Amino acid sequence: MKTISSEIRPAIVSTVIIAVVCCGLYPLAVTGISQVAFAGKANGSLIVDQSGTIIGSSLIGQNFSGEGYFHPRPSAAGTNGYDATSSGGSNLGPTSQKLADLIKARIADYRTSNGLSENQAIPADAVTASGSGLDPHISPANAALQVTRIAKSRSLTLEQVQALIAPNTDKADLGILGEAGVNVLKLNLALDTFKK
Amino acid sequence: MHSKDWLQLALFIGLLALITKPMGIYLVKVLDPQGKTWLDPLIRPFEKLTYRLMGIDPMQEHGWKGYTFAMLLFSLVGVLFTYAILRLQNVLPLNPQGLPALSPALAFNTAVSFTTNTNWQSYSGESTMSYFSQMVALAIHNFTSAAVGIAIAAALVRGIARYSASTLGNFWVDVIRTIYYLLLPVSLIFAVFLVSQGTIQNFKAYDTAKLVEPLTVTVESTDAAGIKTSTQQTITAQSIVQGPLASQSAIKMFGTNGGGYTNANSAQPFENPTPLSNFIQMLSIFAIGSGLTWYLGKTTKNQGHGWSVWAAMMILFVTGVLACWWAEARGNPIHQALGIMTADGNMEGKEIRFGIFNSSLFATITTAASCGAVNSMHDSFTAIGGLVPLFMIELGEVVIGGVGAGLYGMLVFVVLAVFIAGLMVGRTPEFLGKKIQAFDVKMAMLAILVLTANILGFTAWAAVGTWGLAGLNNSGPHGFSEILYAYSSATGNNGSAFAGLTATPVDGDPHYNITLAIAMLIGRFLMIIPIMALAGSMVKKQISPPSAGTFPVSGTTFTILLLGTVILVGALNFLPALALGPIVEHFLMLKGQLF
Repeated sequence: MKTISSEIRPAIVSTVIIAVVCCGLYPLAVTGISQVAFAGKANGSLIVDQSGTIIGSSLIGQNFSGEGYFHPRPSAAGTNGYDATSSGGSNLGPTSQKLADLIKARIADYRTSNGLSENQAIPADAVTASGSGLDPHISPANAALQVTRIAKSRSLTLEQVQALIAPNTDKADLGILGEAGVNVLKLNLALDTFKK
Repeated sequence: MHSKDWLQLALFIGLLALITKPMGIYLVKVLDPQGKTWLDPLIRPFEKLTYRLMGIDPMQEHGWKGYTFAMLLFSLVGVLFTYAILRLQNVLPLNPQGLPALSPALAFNTAVSFTTNTNWQSYSGESTMSYFSQMVALAIHNFTSAAVGIAIAAALVRGIARYSASTLGNFWVDVIRTIYYLLLPVSLIFAVFLVSQGTIQNFKAYDTAKLVEPLTVTVESTDAAGIKTSTQQTITAQSIVQGPLASQSAIKMFGTNGGGYTNANSAQPFENPTPLSNFIQMLSIFAIGSGLTWYLGKTTKNQGHGWSVWAAMMILFVTGVLACWWAEARGNPIHQALGIMTADGNMEGKEIRFGIFNSSLFATITTAASCGAVNSMHDSFTAIGGLVPLFMIELGEVVIGGVGAGLYGMLVFVVLAVFIAGLMVGRTPEFLGKKIQAFDVKMAMLAILVLTANILGFTAWAAVGTWGLAGLNNSGPHGFSEILYAYSSATGNNGSAFAGLTATPVDGDPHYNITLAIAMLIGRFLMIIPIMALAGSMVKKQISPPSAGTFPVSGTTFTILLLGTVILVGALNFLPALALGPIVEHFLMLKGQLF
C-alpha cells in the first residue's frame, strides 16, 4: 500500500500549485494585459453621457418602448426583460402554446405600432426573444420597418432617420462571418443627439 | 442556406484541417516527458520545481491501475476543493456583490460537474457565483479536467502503440505538462484576443447604468388579506455584469469545458461579442481533439489510421451540421402561419450577430465535442434542429469529442469495429498487429453500455417522478426531450441543456441536482476505468507482423466500417427514446399541434 499513500501528496500539492498558477497568476496576467491594451473593452464597453454618468454598454441591449425610439427584440432576461444580471432565453420549444401566443400578440403589436397591413410578414427577430435576452442588435429589415414611426414621432424625414442606421450597424466580420446587426442603443442615442 | 454560410462552413473545416497536424506535432512533444518545445526555456524550470514540490520522479511510469488510481485521487481532491469553496463563498474574498454560499445539493452538483469536465450548470452564474468562486473553484477544473482527459487519451494511445510492456506513462507528468505547455499559453493569448473583441476582464463591482428611456412596469402584489393590488413602478437603471470573464471564457472553450460565466453562456454578448470571436471559439473547441487524431497516427506509426479516424468524425460532423442548419433555416411552420417571415428561419433563442447558420454550427460543434457551451438556446430549436445536438451527445461525443475524451471514446468504437470486421471474415480480430481478445471487447462494450443504461435509466425515472415533471418548462413531447437531454448531457459530460429544465427548484428539491451529479460521475469514471483496463490489456500484448489477412485500420473501408459501428450503436440504443421526444414532436409541429 506504499504506492497508494505516495500519491496523496502529489494530488494535494498539484491542486494547490495549479490553483495558484491557473486561478491566480493567469487571470491576473490577462487582466493586466487587457487593462493596458484594451481598457475600454475590458471594462464593459461602457457608454457615458456628458455628465459622466454611465448610460449603458454598447454590447448590452436595453428596453425601449417609446414611439420615437427603435425598439429592441423581445427579451426573456429577468421579469421585465434586458436584466443584465439574469441573462437567458425563453427556452420555450417549437410546439409551445405559450410561445405561439406570445408571438401572435407581438406580431399584432408590431403591425399596429408601425402602421403595417394585416398580411405584412414580420422579421423573425422583431417578435422572438434572443438567447441571451440582452441582444444589442436588431436585423436591418426590422429597423427599416420602424423608420416611418420614428420619423413621424420626431418630425424628421425618412431619409434623415435612415441615414443614421448605416453608421450604427455592425457588419459581418471580415465580410463573411456572422450577420449584420443594427445596434439599437447606439442608434437611439444618435437619434437623441441628432440636430435637424 | 445562403452562399455566404456555405463559405463559412468551408472556411471552418478548411482551417480545422490545417491546424490538425501542427496541433498534433505539438501534442506529441507535450505528451513526451522529454519532448522539447519552444517554451522550454521559460517553463522547464517551473515544471521541474513543480515535480520537486509534489515529490514525484517524472521518469517513473504508472501501470494502468496506478495511473487510474492517481487520476481518481486527483479528481477527488478537486471535488472537495470546489465543494468547500462554494459552501464558504460568503466568507471568501472577491465577492463584491455579497453573494451567499451555495446549498449542499447545488454545491455538490457543481463540484462534480466541473471536475468531470461536464460543466452542467444548475445555477445562473452572474447571480450565484462570486469572482473568487468563478476564478478558483470553477476555473481550476477548466484546466485540470481537460488535462485529465488528454492524459487518459495519451495513456490509451500508448497502450495501443507499445507492446510487451506494462506501463502507460506518468499521470502527474501528463497533467502538468498539458497544463503548462498547452492549455495555459494558448488560453493566455486567446483570452487577450477575446478582450480585444469586447469581452470583459476586471475585478470591479457590477456597474449601474442609468437607462436612456426609463421603463414603467406594472407590479402585481397580493397582501396578507389576499387582496390583489397593482402598482406602477419605474425602472431607471440596468445593472451591468463585470468580472474576470475573458480568462475563464478562453479555457472554457479550449478545454471543451463549456461552463459559462453567465447564464446565457456564449450567447451573452460579453462572453462572445462578435462573429469573429464566435468563429475562433468554435475552432478552439475542436482544436485539441482534432490534433489528437494526428497524435494517434504518429504514436502508433500509422498516420493513415489517424486520418481515417478524423475522416469518420468529419463525415458525422458535417452531416449533423447540415441537418441542424436545414431545420433551423426552414423555421417553424406554426410561427410562420402567425405572420413571421419564412425566409428568416427559427430565431427564437438566437442572437442577431450569429444568425441561423452560426447558431446551428455552434450547437453541432459543442455537442459533437463534449464542450457544452452554447451561443443559442437549444431548447427553442425546431424538433429536428434540437435532435441533432441531442443525438451528437448520445453517439458518445466521439465526433472530435471532448479533449481526450473524444479520442478514447472513438477508440472504443475502433476496437468494436475491428472486432465486428474479424467476425465477418472469421478471423481473430487484430488492431495494429495486436489480437483483440474477449477481455478487450468486454471492456469496450462495458464503456458503451454503462453510458446507455445510465442515460435511459435516469430519464425513465425522472419521466415518471413528480420531481422530474415539476422541473419542466415545456409540455408534451418537448418536456420529455428536456429530461432526455439533461441526462444525456450529464452522462456524456457535455453540459449543454434544454435549459428550460429547472434543476434547482425554489422549494429546494434536490432530486435533479443529485441524480445529475451521479450521472456525471458514472459517465466520467465508469467510462474511464474500463478504458484504462483496456489500455492495460493492450500494452502487454505482443505484436505480430501484418500479413495478407490483416484488416487495415486506415483507408475508406475502415472509415466506413467505423462510421457504421458508431451510427448503429447510437441508433439502436437511442432511437426508441428519440421517437418519443424530438421525432414525434417534429410531426406534431408540422401538423400545428401545440402544448
